[in-house]
Amino acid sequence: MTETTRPTAAIEVERLVKRYPKGRTNAVDGVSFAVRRGETFGLLGPNGAGKTTTIGMLTTMVVPTSGRAVVAGVDVVTDHIGVKQRIGVVPQRANVDRSLRVSEILTYHAAYHGVPRRERTARAGELLEELGLEKRSKEKLDLFSGGLQQRVMVARALMHEPEVLFLDEPTNNLDPQSRLFLWQRIRALRDRGVTIVLSTHDMEEADRLCDRIAIMDHGRILALDTPEALKGLVPGGTMLELRARVPEVITLAAAPGDMPSTSPDDRVLAALKQLPGVTGVDRQDGRPQDHRELQASGYRLYADGRDPGTLLASAAQAVIGEQAELLDLRLARPSLEDLFIHLTGSNLRS
Amino acid sequence: MTVSDLMTQRHELRPRSHAGAAWRAAVAIVSRDVLVTRREIASLLVQTLAQPLFFLFIFGKVLSSVGTTSPRFSVVLLPGIVAFTVFLAPLQALSIDLGRDLSFTREIDDRLLAPLPVTLVALEKVVLAAARGLLAGGFVFPLAYWVLGSSYQVRTDEIGVLIGMMALTSILGAAIGLVMGTIFPITHLSLIFSIVITPLIFTGCLYYPWGSLGVIRWFQVLTLFNPLTYASEGMRSAMVPVQNGAPESLAMAWVVLVLCTSLVLSLGSGLKFFRGRVLS
Repeated sequence: MTETTRPTAAIEVERLVKRYPKGRTNAVDGVSFAVRRGETFGLLGPNGAGKTTTIGMLTTMVVPTSGRAVVAGVDVVTDHIGVKQRIGVVPQRANVDRSLRVSEILTYHAAYHGVPRRERTARAGELLEELGLEKRSKEKLDLFSGGLQQRVMVARALMHEPEVLFLDEPTNNLDPQSRLFLWQRIRALRDRGVTIVLSTHDMEEADRLCDRIAIMDHGRILALDTPEALKGLVPGGTMLELRARVPEVITLAAAPGDMPSTSPDDRVLAALKQLPGVTGVDRQDGRPQDHRELQASGYRLYADGRDPGTLLASAAQAVIGEQAELLDLRLARPSLEDLFIHLTGSNLRS
Repeated sequence: MTVSDLMTQRHELRPRSHAGAAWRAAVAIVSRDVLVTRREIASLLVQTLAQPLFFLFIFGKVLSSVGTTSPRFSVVLLPGIVAFTVFLAPLQALSIDLGRDLSFTREIDDRLLAPLPVTLVALEKVVLAAARGLLAGGFVFPLAYWVLGSSYQVRTDEIGVLIGMMALTSILGAAIGLVMGTIFPITHLSLIFSIVITPLIFTGCLYYPWGSLGVIRWFQVLTLFNPLTYASEGMRSAMVPVQNGAPESLAMAWVVLVLCTSLVLSLGSGLKFFRGRVLS
């Protein structure tokens, strides 16, 4: 197939709707999006947002009520088999075949997908090694931890070299080590050009892994963009945290002035407030350090997120201009969680 | 050429014919089941043959030896035991296996995501369960020969009919197992077995020939509503030697007609329920 006949998008979804027979509302309520080839695409939202149902429709296991979805150029409604040939699925819950040994889980999966015997044996060997399972390939899964089962499922999904890989909340309930391991594997797959669709309710996961994220709630996509652009949607998008210490001598010299409002701390605060783009400044707890006569003060600046670089520089200058010593200056971007709260008014985990 | 180019090229090399892909997937699923069955053969046989063994021993050997039953009883009992085994083994295996799979292990998912229609996955399960039932049924014969000794009498001139009856009965058992495994949650299955299976067994002419029920007419009529009656009677006419002068039985045409109709109905609805369970 040449580049011109190859569809440009790995996935195209148009006004996809799913209403379960007993559902009072649509589980998925008219979502539309497209995933580019080689992209890692995230569906982020709380439980019940419709992420798993969306993935179910894209993997042919859930029949859409209306709308259209095309995966790797194949319509999910009219051509189940064509879609199943082109996708790999790592489900939310372990569903490995417990009657088989680890290596057989992989080779039989490949056999179901028509991979020739020699190729499937070689590929199982490669993947088991890559996922650190080669020593346990002859074992059955009964004594495997959740993390190891997850690795087996990832290896299994890759056995037939799918064009699109679906991962439904892959790191849910995994220990931190297994989670990091899986993240590495997902990044390696992206580097290899595999298109990945990932659902998660973990903001950090979405932020770290995904090229673009669709934020879902109540079956709808609330926002869809790169993680950086999404975070820019939060009003007062940039947050600056800084700590400065004002030398004791200056504090003492200022004290007899009998006007507490002009203490060096306050002067720093006032100077920061006057900076262009700053929408607010909070004083943090001073948290006195053990630095002899010197005292540290903390400040948090909120600014509209246009140009964090200039803000950093001017904030530093403002502190130095008040003869204080800058101890720490840190740009704190709003998290996806902040965005989620902004979009829905509720917490992602609630 | 990059790795992804290579992968792309491999994708294009892969045959895309749906029928071919589905056929290869089905063959692979069968070979998976054959492998698993081979590994579990010992426990499978113990599970399915324990009951026939004790039935044959107590009702065929002990009771006739102490004079409670006539020696002839074991001759009409054996076909019932064979019918019982080939019917019940696939029914129980498939319904429990499927119920467990659909309720929590979801081990079937990997096969459902293979490139073949999902109903074919169910059909494969039916065929394999039936084959395992047939295997267990085959083992009943040497077992009976060993337990019954000289009372073992099976005519050999109708062996084709016998095999046909066994195959039909085991597929019917598997198809009913498919229905039960898909419509009942696994937690209710043991209750369902007592409600459905027990009456089915005791009204299925397994332990008595249908013709002998003439004396209890209402019961004889009642047994006609049980497909197992036709399986037992079909088995009997293929197994009981003619010189023993078996009482009148059901005509073979009726037996085959009823068994085939039951099979079509249960398999059709089972596949429909299965589709409903796995595709939401």
